[in-house]
Amino acid sequence: MGALDIAWNVRNGITSAVDIVEEHLAAIDAREGEIHAFNLVLADEARLRAAEIDEMVQKGDDPGPLAGVPVALKDNLCTRGIATTCSSKILGDWKPPYDATVVTRLRDAGAIAIGKTNLDEFAMGSSTENSAFGATRNPHDTSRVPGGSSGGSAAAVAAGFAPISLGSDTGGSIRQPAALCGTVGVKPTYGAVSRLGLIAFGSSLDQVGPFATDVADAAVTLEAISGHDPGDSTSIERAPLELRAKLEMGAAAVRVGRITDLPAGAGPDVQERLDEAFDALAAAGAEIVDVEVPAFTYGLTAYYLIAPAEASSNLARFDGVRFGSRVTAPDTNQMYMATRSDGFGAEVKRRIMLGTYALSAGYQEAYYGRAQKVRRLIANDFSAAYEQCDVLLTPTSPTVAFEVGAKTSDPLAMYLCDTYTIPSNLSGDPAMSVPFGTGADGLPVGVQVLAPALQEATMFRVAAELERSQA
Amino acid sequence: MPERITTADVSKVATLARLTLTDAELTSATSELDAMLDHFAELDALDLDDVEPMNNPTHLVNVMRDDVVGETLDRDEVLAAAPLAEDDRFRVPPILGLDD
Repeated sequence: MGALDIAWNVRNGITSAVDIVEEHLAAIDAREGEIHAFNLVLADEARLRAAEIDEMVQKGDDPGPLAGVPVALKDNLCTRGIATTCSSKILGDWKPPYDATVVTRLRDAGAIAIGKTNLDEFAMGSSTENSAFGATRNPHDTSRVPGGSSGGSAAAVAAGFAPISLGSDTGGSIRQPAALCGTVGVKPTYGAVSRLGLIAFGSSLDQVGPFATDVADAAVTLEAISGHDPGDSTSIERAPLELRAKLEMGAAAVRVGRITDLPAGAGPDVQERLDEAFDALAAAGAEIVDVEVPAFTYGLTAYYLIAPAEASSNLARFDGVRFGSRVTAPDTNQMYMATRSDGFGAEVKRRIMLGTYALSAGYQEAYYGRAQKVRRLIANDFSAAYEQCDVLLTPTSPTVAFEVGAKTSDPLAMYLCDTYTIPSNLSGDPAMSVPFGTGADGLPVGVQVLAPALQEATMFRVAAELERSQA
Repeated sequence: MPERITTADVSKVATLARLTLTDAELTSATSELDAMLDHFAELDALDLDDVEPMNNPTHLVNVMRDDVVGETLDRDEVLAAAPLAEDDRFRVPPILGLDD
């Protein structure tokens, strides 16, 4: 049962939230051993919260649009009094003193946190193999990766451990695992969802967003977490997004852009599904328009200067003083060095080094400064394309899920997984991945729908049409 | 563009980042950074002279709020999560005096 169905049943007293939680805990018991979606399962907490939801219904109170819906939370979202690790050794057994705004909003909507999901350490990776607690496996084929960095959240939904989950997306970390696990995954407009309590990776790129088994469930979840938060100074001063009203409108007269100068690299199976997605939208009355986004191809390079630069600054806070682990040493500077060297994994150190280099005296203008200019070109090129079309359609990931271990020794090959997703983080525009058939070895393929800033309603409308065309 | 990277450069960057690298890590970090710099060279071809840098997707500059007292974090809860605390403060090893 999906999130909307669960909430409807719970609100109307047809199903108890307690039963819903027990069903999902049983699903976790059955397969979590082979998937490893979670760093922590909140069985007791979820049972208690479910009983509270049922009590509210019995009293005639409405617990909200996500009443009784179990939700899995990426373990870089702060949960008060509950360990939050970023899948890193450096946070030790740290228990945050506050909840992330998105966690509070889901709770207020009646959802039930059922666990904290595994990720690539500090959200740096595309396979959920860079975790201090071991890799997550793809529920469709456990010899394959689930994608990343929100691989645990994607796998949890794909395996039926929770109908919805939250991830974070800095360069594709929601959309790419959604594609590889056959779920819907959304990166909202930068500023549409609060980042308060999301442990920062690249502050100008990070957004929290939902995973779900279908477009409508993703819509209700995003509606619940979006809207202005005075606690995040980059949060846009707007009411929550309204998405469900337009889902049934179809794609008639929507102008769908095909990027003619898209960087090569998508496999033939992925390319075929993308072509079929254009055909399906054309059959539904959409107008297909050829557009150019020349700077798209420079996205990956600009990103690997900007994101590590921001990460090197953000991760300076992990110094063994205020939270997390500490390695004792005779003086404070040696304590910093020992704590950080012991606590961070290889990929995190690699990005801190790269970012520190890109920001260091003498190189900042040549690297970080030029990357910020390329970022402007990308945003300008998207704006120009959106004068000719309402949404763009691209592959999400160049390939279906790859084998565990296939790319761990080649960072650049891993980075190429995000070729098609990164430009939206640089521009700040929304984008989402929708499952669209299967590719090599029968594994899921995702198609990416991109839209201009705050045009999520149109993006969801097109995504819903893609979903409907496969029914 | 700057000269290609040496292990001495990488060692300096590690110090700036407060990381201690083993000799093996230093060697691999140098070749990895070198490979990334190769990749970054593709931006050299772009004419960016008249392009305004973009540091974030919003048009926000400074965001101010009314100067009113709001909720703050509970001090005991915050200190309880620290590696070491004493007398309502974070405790750290000595900062000065070890070299005297």
